[in-house]
Amino acid sequence: MTIETAVDVTERPRGATRVSSRQPGSTPRPRSPRRPREFTNFDVWILLGSLASSICLNWLIFYRFTVGASQFGFVLGSYIVFLIIFAAVTTERVGRLVAVDRLMTVIVVSAAAVVFIPLVLLIGYILIKGLKALRPSFLFNDQQGITPVLPSTSGGGAHAIIGTIEQVGLALLWSLPLALAAAVFLNESSSKWRRPVRIFVDAMSGLPSIVAGLFIFAVLILPFAKSGNPLFGYNGFMASLALAITMLPTITRTVDVVLRLVPDGLREASLALGASRARTVWSIVFPTARTGMTTAVVLGIARAVGETAPLLFTAFGYDLMNSNPFSGSQESLPLFVYRNIRKPDINAIERGFAGALVLLLLVLGLFVFARFIGRDRSRRKIKSSRTTRTSDSAIPAMPALEGKPS
Amino acid sequence: MLLSQTDGVRNAVAGIALEDNPVAQPPPVVERTRRVIAEVPSTADRNFNRLTMGAGISVLLLLLLVGGFLLIQSSDALSETGIWTFLTRTEWRTDVQPARIGVLGLLAGTVLVAVVAVGIAVPLSVLCALAITEYSTAKRRKWLVGVVDLLAAVPSLLFGLWGFLFLSDKIVPISLWLSQNFGWIPLFETQENAGLTGSIFIAGIVVALMVLPIITSVVREVFSQTPPGEKEAALALGGTRWGMIRNVVLPFGQGGIIGGSMLGLGRALGETIAVALLLPQVPQKLGESIHILENGGATVSGFIANRAGADAFTTSGLLAAGLVLFIITLATNMIASVVVSRSRSGAGVDI
Repeated sequence: MTIETAVDVTERPRGATRVSSRQPGSTPRPRSPRRPREFTNFDVWILLGSLASSICLNWLIFYRFTVGASQFGFVLGSYIVFLIIFAAVTTERVGRLVAVDRLMTVIVVSAAAVVFIPLVLLIGYILIKGLKALRPSFLFNDQQGITPVLPSTSGGGAHAIIGTIEQVGLALLWSLPLALAAAVFLNESSSKWRRPVRIFVDAMSGLPSIVAGLFIFAVLILPFAKSGNPLFGYNGFMASLALAITMLPTITRTVDVVLRLVPDGLREASLALGASRARTVWSIVFPTARTGMTTAVVLGIARAVGETAPLLFTAFGYDLMNSNPFSGSQESLPLFVYRNIRKPDINAIERGFAGALVLLLLVLGLFVFARFIGRDRSRRKIKSSRTTRTSDSAIPAMPALEGKPS
Repeated sequence: MLLSQTDGVRNAVAGIALEDNPVAQPPPVVERTRRVIAEVPSTADRNFNRLTMGAGISVLLLLLLVGGFLLIQSSDALSETGIWTFLTRTEWRTDVQPARIGVLGLLAGTVLVAVVAVGIAVPLSVLCALAITEYSTAKRRKWLVGVVDLLAAVPSLLFGLWGFLFLSDKIVPISLWLSQNFGWIPLFETQENAGLTGSIFIAGIVVALMVLPIITSVVREVFSQTPPGEKEAALALGGTRWGMIRNVVLPFGQGGIIGGSMLGLGRALGETIAVALLLPQVPQKLGESIHILENGGATVSGFIANRAGADAFTTSGLLAAGLVLFIITLATNMIASVVVSRSRSGAGVDI
């Protein structure tokens, strides 16, 4: 079939004219291919020029002719005018089709840049506000004897940190076995219940976290309210149950994805050697997926650490140190922040920001840690496998590779 | 025809094989019974299957239990108010006897905030997903994905805090400008001398930032499933990159965009702490026109969060409101996952 088209092309009259145009005597026009994605220095100048002229124009409008404009409006207006000028200039230069392409490139790139802005502003804001009130003593004191007149640097959030550690730790204890087993069920079994369970796990990950708190409240706290048993009152244990419900789908789904990446060949090899399914999962699948599973757990912890809503109806919050999660209401970092910034007291708000900074650092630390564990190690693996191959193979001709440190 | 052909082949093979044996016999036909292959699980296997199955089913049960117990514990308020009245009444007053509680005013606010949030987040998410899948090099892609993931990792509380004390002041001038210049559009109308902080608009913007990562990740997954052959075909026909995206990537990812938006809507409906901080949590009165730019509004989850530790009857009413929220978010999420998995692009995508 390919031959046919080739013949077809040569027999076309257009081909003949092309051949004739290459005859000596007639000078062929130099063909300049059109490259719509080409980005020359001139285009950079056009971009900068459009930007400058739009900023000038908007400055004139916003700060000279009218008053009371906000910075935000100025930025937005400048951006829109910039797009219009850029579109007009590019259309003039390269035509409509390419101009639309360039305009969309500019819009897409700036949209991606816009996502950075709130993140930077948020982290920067909490950093600046939090550093004002954060002192090392924050880690060792609770709110005992704190009155509104005391400065924000007095007292601390040790009780909240202890509470967070206990609640999240217990929550992990409850949810991790169930999440792992559920993920194994979704991946390694051939039950017809897999599909409904997957749908429900998906639905559960969208469950509003406050509903998890309400559920624990409705099941374990409200019916036993009159019994006076401290275990079934507001306490850290109840909070850990509510957090476990919010963590469960996160961990299940991430582990599920990770288990799916384990090559089937490994499983089949293990089964072919006579191992049971349980043995296969325990000795082959889990060790292979270990780093991914660790990432899943860390991400689950990161999510649970920042949850406030489920704690409102379970841990309830407390100003003093209560290191027993099974009795009496308990503080945690998000609750500490939430309760403090709602107080009509500037010092309390500043204390709340100190707590928010600790919380932010904790979450960011966990996030970076998860990334660090789950980072791409393929490059290193390739290197090391190369060295093993050369050392294993009986060819001593390539000693240069062997000596390379991996 | 096919049979005769195979016969011919067989004869030919027989001929080759039996070249030096002229008295060739056709090979005897062996009657083979079909071997039954079945897994015979050992005791350990059977226990293992039971264990994992139990875990899977218990996840399923847990969700049913959540709904069931919320229903049981909210029966006080529901039976006293009547389910229909509870669903259609807009006020929430426990200071009068008998208490008049209803969830409609809260639901209206919830839906408004979610719609504003999704309306802002979806275009941004689609552009962001395009930037990740179509416009970046591998290195930049890693960075962008990292930033979007980081945005997802920041707790809702910190978003609320930041929105409440920082962003709110920055948005108020925009609200003012919108209401002054576009006040004739009923949506942007405000009353005389109304405060512009703590509005549904501001809450919507903050919630938009929170649902952006989830929508972006779904849309990104869907876009990355676009068959490279179709993309290359569009480019080979002389299309520009945008032409290729408009004619191949976007139509292919349509289902994913819709599903992702619905998933974002589900998240936005359930968003709690940030909204509890941002809105005054006064139930929306229906009958009046809706003013999204001015102070006011309440959402189901935020309202519940602000009333933690109330008296028994209020608590029962809050549980009923929680049940309504639970059902609505569950339905939204389920529809979203069905939409994504049914669409051509989302077949292999997890959401």
